[in-house]
Amino acid sequence: MALPNSEFKNDKNLIDRETVSKRIKMRLQMNEVFKYVFMAGLVFALVVLSTLIYDIVTKGAGWVDLDFLRNFPSRRAERAGLYPALIGTLWLMGLIIPIVFVLGVGAAIYLEEYAPKNRLTSFIEVNISNLAGVPSIVFGLLGLTLFVRAMALGNSVIAGALTLALMSLPIVIVAAQESLRSVKQELRHASLGLGASKWQTTFNVVLPSALPGIITGIILSVSRAIGETAPLIMVGAATFISTTPSGIFSDFTALPIQIYNWTGRPQAEFQNLAAAGIIVLMTVLIAMNSVAIYIRNKYSNRN
Amino acid sequence: MMKQEELKKGDHNVNTTTTEPMTTEMKKDSAYVVNNLNLWYGEDQALIDVNLDIKKNEVTAIIGPSGCGKSTFIKTLNRMVELVPTVRTNGEILYHGRNIFDRGYKVEDLRTSVGMVFQQPNPFPKSVYDNVAYGPRTHGIKNKKVLDEIVERSLRGAAIWDEVKDRLHENAYGLSGGQQQRLCIARTLAIEPDVILMDEPTSALDPISTLKVEELVQELKEKYSIIIVTHNMQQAARVSDKTAFFLNGEVVEFDVTDKIFSNPSDKRTEDYISGRFG
Repeated sequence: MALPNSEFKNDKNLIDRETVSKRIKMRLQMNEVFKYVFMAGLVFALVVLSTLIYDIVTKGAGWVDLDFLRNFPSRRAERAGLYPALIGTLWLMGLIIPIVFVLGVGAAIYLEEYAPKNRLTSFIEVNISNLAGVPSIVFGLLGLTLFVRAMALGNSVIAGALTLALMSLPIVIVAAQESLRSVKQELRHASLGLGASKWQTTFNVVLPSALPGIITGIILSVSRAIGETAPLIMVGAATFISTTPSGIFSDFTALPIQIYNWTGRPQAEFQNLAAAGIIVLMTVLIAMNSVAIYIRNKYSNRN
Repeated sequence: MMKQEELKKGDHNVNTTTTEPMTTEMKKDSAYVVNNLNLWYGEDQALIDVNLDIKKNEVTAIIGPSGCGKSTFIKTLNRMVELVPTVRTNGEILYHGRNIFDRGYKVEDLRTSVGMVFQQPNPFPKSVYDNVAYGPRTHGIKNKKVLDEIVERSLRGAAIWDEVKDRLHENAYGLSGGQQQRLCIARTLAIEPDVILMDEPTSALDPISTLKVEELVQELKEKYSIIIVTHNMQQAARVSDKTAFFLNGEVVEFDVTDKIFSNPSDKRTEDYISGRFG
């Protein structure tokens, strides 16, 4: 659309430098204000977190020792330990990570690389994202019906791990899809152009580039799963147990269950034990995340 | 329109104005014979009745303004264009006498002998060595000695060996843009193709790197048939033996490069090469 030429005959500047200069001060002030608004958000989160950690460490640190890690739970607080819960949690982690990796990354690869882009695919994608918001207790109920009863796995480690894996899957799938999508199309073309098949391209080029993002997704969701209590209660993790799992079909308990159990007791000592349990749980999580971050950085550096 | 005497000489037998299909028998000296190729992106037709006979061991340049279908055309030759889901084609492209659109023709098979170099250098985020060895490894070559030799030969072939021989195991992303593009050419040579498709290979490069790639193209045509899409008419004039001028999805003129640039038959070609549009 052409404007009438007469409008442009006036050569006078339409932007007045002086007014603009005056406004600069205001704009820079807003700049400062927002910096502090965002900083306040971070400070708030840090203060809450550090209060929590301070509280837990002061209560529980004195109780964390080798005996605490080696002993079975006991009615007498000074002899109680969380050995079976710690071992149970390690079992869960060892089972959940491979399950979510294979299923989650597999589903994401199918959706991103193979599935036709149609309404059904986008319907499925939206629903996967929705699943990420489903309360964990619902996954617990699903696990109870599906794994414990229908598949007759009983109150076993594998039933618990499958339930937690199901709960983690949506986040892993969405994160894996995001990182597969962010791999440059040119790299796929380079590989396909050399006569590589789709699978060779995906496995040798796309997946290595997407791995850091995928691992981040797995860290986030598995960390959440390991701290979950509700689904494990539903699938019947034991609250008191005198053995550690000997296989995937054994009874088990887990750190969150043990912590939950101790917080429910009236005696102050058990409150402290719960705090000590939280310290152990956090240490386990930090250890797992460190390994994952190490792997992630190793792959990122190659890119 | 073709000149009659040239048709007789058999230099090329493409007539861009008729739609009569050529015989399916392939001339021995042809790398590709394209017959009545039509291509649509959804409802939009991007290629209209393209007929070309591309000779072996020649450099064929494809020129034309943006959106004329030249990139689409070159991507059709190794069927990369089909990565766009809405693409439909008809007509035939004969490669070694076989129509590449035949039902039983595997694209992977086609692409093991037709290499492609892209507009943006696109090395893998791997070492120089692994980049070049990627193709052969993909095709199942595991012997370290053989791979070593392929890598060296390909890097030498792409005139980049001297620059990278001491950093074969460093990440390819550390190379300059021009080096990356020559690495991509080496990566293509490593699959020992007989045709190399180049889609504006120098558009992202500085003049010196461009010159190196152009010199390389000249050397490579001894062994390979090269089809190069270019935006740069001087480049087409410098490197190619034949030039095809595309406009709005049609081949307006296909002839010996010297003739296209000195004495084009079609008014539109003349307008384009003299810079009147495009």
